Amino acid sequence: MSNQEKEPMFSAKNFKLLTEPLGKNNPITMQVLGICSALAVTVKLKPAIVMALSVMIVTGFSNLVIASMRKFIPDRIRIIVQLVVIATMVILVDQFLKAYVFDVSKQLSVFVGLIITNCIIMGRLEAFAMANKPWPSFLDGIGNGAGYGLILVIVAFFRELLGSGTLLGYPVLEKIGVYNTGYENNGMTILPPMALIIVGLIIWVQRSRDKSLVEKQ
Amino acid sequence: MENLLNIFIKSIFVENMIFAFFLGMCSFLAVSKSVKTAMGLGIAVVFVLIITVPLNFIVEKYILKKGALIWLGESFADVDLSFLTFMIFIAFIAAMTQLVEMIVEKFSPALYNSLGIFLPLIAVNCAILGASLFMQEREYANVLEAGVFGLGSGIGWLLAITGIAAIREKLKYSNVPDPLKGLGITFILTGLMAMAFMGFMGISL
Repeated sequence: MSNQEKEPMFSAKNFKLLTEPLGKNNPITMQVLGICSALAVTVKLKPAIVMALSVMIVTGFSNLVIASMRKFIPDRIRIIVQLVVIATMVILVDQFLKAYVFDVSKQLSVFVGLIITNCIIMGRLEAFAMANKPWPSFLDGIGNGAGYGLILVIVAFFRELLGSGTLLGYPVLEKIGVYNTGYENNGMTILPPMALIIVGLIIWVQRSRDKSLVEKQ
Repeated sequence: MENLLNIFIKSIFVENMIFAFFLGMCSFLAVSKSVKTAMGLGIAVVFVLIITVPLNFIVEKYILKKGALIWLGESFADVDLSFLTFMIFIAFIAAMTQLVEMIVEKFSPALYNSLGIFLPLIAVNCAILGASLFMQEREYANVLEAGVFGLGSGIGWLLAITGIAAIREKLKYSNVPDPLKGLGITFILTGLMAMAFMGFMGISL
């Protein structure tokens, strides 16, 4: 740990912390964390992006805060301390969203509050921030938040495109003129079950491309 | 009475925590490998929900809501603490979880060992906080309604996790494509189960 102090801010190791959760160690498809609040917000692209950014900020900064105080937190009450830090971050994000993007905040309803119990954040605090310096922890938090956001945006992209024929509210399919050929929106992708199935398919694609990720039974 | 029954049925089937809102997914996917552990965790969740939802209802009604502190005196009539909701709710939930953990450890060490890390993680089970937040959003009239809602959500969660665990036990004998094994197929299965549960949609008693 001690020789890490002389490392440059973006050493190869730190950079890996940032990029690995995007693919090989993705929080949703590999670590099975944070699915809870992920899927209900992916009907439209816009709330999904807002949600992704919020989670990224909360993970990054709560990792930073916890990593800075990790030496002073008594082991027995660490869960409560962590929850208080996370809850503070989420309250900040929630108030910010209510002030600046009220309509999206309404659409997300309880799911902003549920970022508190998003297992990614707790999981990263336990697994990484409690044992590492603030800067790498911050990067780890941002990386994992981004990995989560990536899946969210992919799922939302397909659900909005196939379900409503729009992207960010812009009627893409209508402009291309697909409807004239007899195409119709697939209403099923708007329904909750499709989100799960799309994530299942993403996992399938990811694991068939990288055989080392396949689970052994 | 009719109203209570309505809330109960609705929270189990129509608004099932897992299949309609995807709450509590993490432990749902991770602990559903065998029916026995799944049942254990499900019961723990039901228990925590029955306690926390009415408790948070009382807290919300007498401390957090705008003007709720009026019982302290006239000068508190304008105090609005609702921005503290998340923090207070989660603190109560964490405390209750700790209590349940101690009870289970004392009375059923076998269950305690098989649940392992997931018992303390109930505190961050989204279904628990989610139920409290939905309770707040839907503005139930009294403690009893909130309690019935908590019980119903818990039972719905228990049903869901036991169901998926049973399917996954059988799945061992089927030939799933390699990259889809484990997590992938579980996601798709959950999706299919959710579709089945959507058949309940629109029921009102």
